[in-house]
Amino acid sequence: MQVELRGITKRFGEIVANDSIDLTIREGEVLGLLGENGAGKSTLMNVLCGLYSPDAGEILINGEPTVFRGPADAIQAGIGMVHQHFMLVPVFSVTENVVLGVEPTGLLDHLDLEKGRREVREINEAYGLHVDPDGLIETLPVGVQQRVEIIKVLFRSADVLILDEPTAVLTPQEVEEFFQIIDYLRDAGKALVFITHKLNEILEISDRISVLRRGKIVGEGDPAELTRPKLAEMMVGRPVTFDVAKAPVDPGPVLLDVQDLTVLRDNDEIAVDQVSLNVRSGEIVGIAGVQGNGQSALIETLTGLRRAAHGTVRFDGHDITRVSVRKRHTMGIAHIPEDRQRAGLIGKFSVAENMVLNNYYSSRFSSGPQVNWSTVHKSTARAVQDFDVRTPSVFEPVAHLSGGNQQKLVVARELSREARLIIAGQPTRGLDVGSIEYIHERLIESREQGCGVLLISSELDEIMALADRILVMFKGHVVAEYDTAEGPVNKSSIGLAMAGAAL
Amino acid sequence: MSMTTEEPTSETAAPRIDTGRNRQARTNGVILLALAALAALVFAPDSSGIATFRLSRPTDAIPLSDLAVPAELSIQIAAALLAFLGVRQFLRGGARWTSVSLGLGLLIAVAAFLVWATAGKAFSLTGMLQATLVRAMPIALGGLAGVLCERVAVINIAIEGMLLAGAFTGALVGSLLGGIGGLAAAVGIGGLFGFILAALVVTYRMDQIIAGVVINLFVLGLTSYVSSQIFQEHRFLNNAPVFRAIKIPILGDIPVIGPVFFQQNIFVYGAIVMVVVATYYLFHTRMGLRARAVGEHPRAADTLGVNVYRTRYINVTLGGMVAGFGGAWFTLGSVGRFDEGMTGGRGFIGLAAMIFGRWHPVGAFCAALVFGFADSLQQKLALLGVPIPSEFLAMAPYVATIIVVAGLVGRARPPAADGKPYVKE
Repeated sequence: MQVELRGITKRFGEIVANDSIDLTIREGEVLGLLGENGAGKSTLMNVLCGLYSPDAGEILINGEPTVFRGPADAIQAGIGMVHQHFMLVPVFSVTENVVLGVEPTGLLDHLDLEKGRREVREINEAYGLHVDPDGLIETLPVGVQQRVEIIKVLFRSADVLILDEPTAVLTPQEVEEFFQIIDYLRDAGKALVFITHKLNEILEISDRISVLRRGKIVGEGDPAELTRPKLAEMMVGRPVTFDVAKAPVDPGPVLLDVQDLTVLRDNDEIAVDQVSLNVRSGEIVGIAGVQGNGQSALIETLTGLRRAAHGTVRFDGHDITRVSVRKRHTMGIAHIPEDRQRAGLIGKFSVAENMVLNNYYSSRFSSGPQVNWSTVHKSTARAVQDFDVRTPSVFEPVAHLSGGNQQKLVVARELSREARLIIAGQPTRGLDVGSIEYIHERLIESREQGCGVLLISSELDEIMALADRILVMFKGHVVAEYDTAEGPVNKSSIGLAMAGAAL
Repeated sequence: MSMTTEEPTSETAAPRIDTGRNRQARTNGVILLALAALAALVFAPDSSGIATFRLSRPTDAIPLSDLAVPAELSIQIAAALLAFLGVRQFLRGGARWTSVSLGLGLLIAVAAFLVWATAGKAFSLTGMLQATLVRAMPIALGGLAGVLCERVAVINIAIEGMLLAGAFTGALVGSLLGGIGGLAAAVGIGGLFGFILAALVVTYRMDQIIAGVVINLFVLGLTSYVSSQIFQEHRFLNNAPVFRAIKIPILGDIPVIGPVFFQQNIFVYGAIVMVVVATYYLFHTRMGLRARAVGEHPRAADTLGVNVYRTRYINVTLGGMVAGFGGAWFTLGSVGRFDEGMTGGRGFIGLAAMIFGRWHPVGAFCAALVFGFADSLQQKLALLGVPIPSEFLAMAPYVATIIVVAGLVGRARPPAADGKPYVKE
């Protein structure tokens, strides 16, 4: 089966998300679609799987022009999508998730789950997927959940599989397994579209590559003839440096000292289990690990948002285990939260209001109960310039800014205070390459000024590029520790530790 | 490269952690000990003679002899049992058995209370259980309506109003067309309000709580106005027939169980059938799987071609119909006459039963029985002449609601999308 997109254009108000895009998807082939966040990859694929209808252009299936009125039409035509954010019902079993929408039924609308189970097993065997048909989704590892998504698409006899950022949530080992599954599918004659912004992966798995920038196809080619820098330049529109320049580490005294810290989740499960670690001034400590292994709870506890069930947290010699969030701020702990939209910013507030969310009460901005807004506006205008936040004015609601500029605003707020320890959770998630470079530079600059930085990221490349010491978290434990001062760190060894295979 | 490996040691850390569950277990222990003290120090010294519990009526096919227990001794035994459970709970904290021992303890405490109230008198146990089932029905049907709505993630605060609308319509139409017509009209009006609620919250994305409150206030105002202005003048409009109990042959003759389950009116039988049908629908059919998916992850359901909006409309309308049927109980199943605000918050207790029953039809039904028991208990105690003011006794079902919702529920998990409007992309 061959699918052709011709002159697809999709607008959202003023913004042109896709600008007359031509693309061909062939069976037995992996098409790599590369582009930054916001380049229009997801919009294009949502057009292809029937969620959006294009403003112009047409979709040809085996040469026949086809119009999709909804996802059901696309599924009917044999096009299936594996979404970046899994579309699985957590409290359902694998089989229930797979059959949802196309359920085998008997008399009285009775659900024939046994038939569903049989088909799941058949698909398992045909493509080497190894998924328990009766497993409960919320108890399965992310990698297995992704395979359930693939089974869902295959169960609907799809011939075209669209994989939207499939490796974002996987450990390096899970990525390997995932690539094997892709090989199986390609050999079985399926057509695959692999969407990503990761250069290594697209070079490894694709048969053809198309690069999308600002809604347009800016380059196409054979992975054998393309290189990483060349692809990056196509994707970003200018040459990109991959190496972060970093002076050798010269750590000072211990700033943050965590002893035997145990933290519970809301449901009383143990999230962080007797973790001890320290951060010295002038060094970046990176915590690697797949999401959901206790990193979030650890950050929340260090910043005072979650109670420690056991253990102590010391900052600069003071016990801050039970100290309030505000006190921690004033002591010099800066926090770049994992989820800027939920925890870092208030979307409807202006840039200036967001800039003083955690220090509006200081004598700089307030006299008694009154906030001196003119001071706030002036100071924000300066910070916005210093930190390269692109905004029409300081009065703009932050929800109108791009993700990169929102994150730069958070960084501006946290770093323009007198911070000595920076706790950064996923500081570059979902950002464009330019903003990532910028934020990395700022973190390294802070380190050179003698700040301690605790960096938590599920992007192993980011940790390897920035951190002086690397800790790996798995199921609430620190399972491995590496010191870059003692020589280069083996990436696959970290990957194994992230998957729980402590060496 | 250096590397250290730490052994996972979660087992050793566990006892030192003050989890919410452990705290809950200790609190429950204290409650049980307090109940033991209450039984031993207040009830036991005050009880003398024999407490007689009647198990059957003289007219029954198979009469059972009365159950006679020495009051003071049995209360002391109950106190000892409670103290044992309490101490065990407090010291051991047994997380898994916490709810069980608290439930058992409450049961023992209620039994001790009954013996104290009956000491020196006679009391029809079967009669009270029969009344329990009858009085649980509007709560069970309200709870079932709640289950149907919340399983598709629509919070239905309007159950109270739907019950009231069903009661009113049942009385009015029942007076004109007879019982069956009244019942059908009550179901219809419940379905209509369900549909209106669905329209407000699904299509117009109104806040679900506010939409529910609006419907409640509208129904309360309208029915109160009509009953005080028109029913006063034209009494024949508010004089509906009442559905009598139907005895099921053979099963109805079983001692105790027969009168409780098989000598009831169509509301009890109807509710039991609806609970069975709803359980089959939600957990064993294609439509039920889709409904639950819509309640848990509407976006996922949508991408798989399930019509989220239509599913919500259907389920909320069905829920409204169930609530309308439950509302008719107040008039056609009980007194045959409509009074202002006669539902008395049963719709809200139904929501509590839904939560206590963990969003499952059978669970909600069983939870409703607990509330029905509290309700019938207060009624029978008033007849026994217990030295507690009747106003306090009348609080029993509401107090039971608070205790159950605040303390006993444990960690029930509502449907993940509950209360959230769904916006298609």
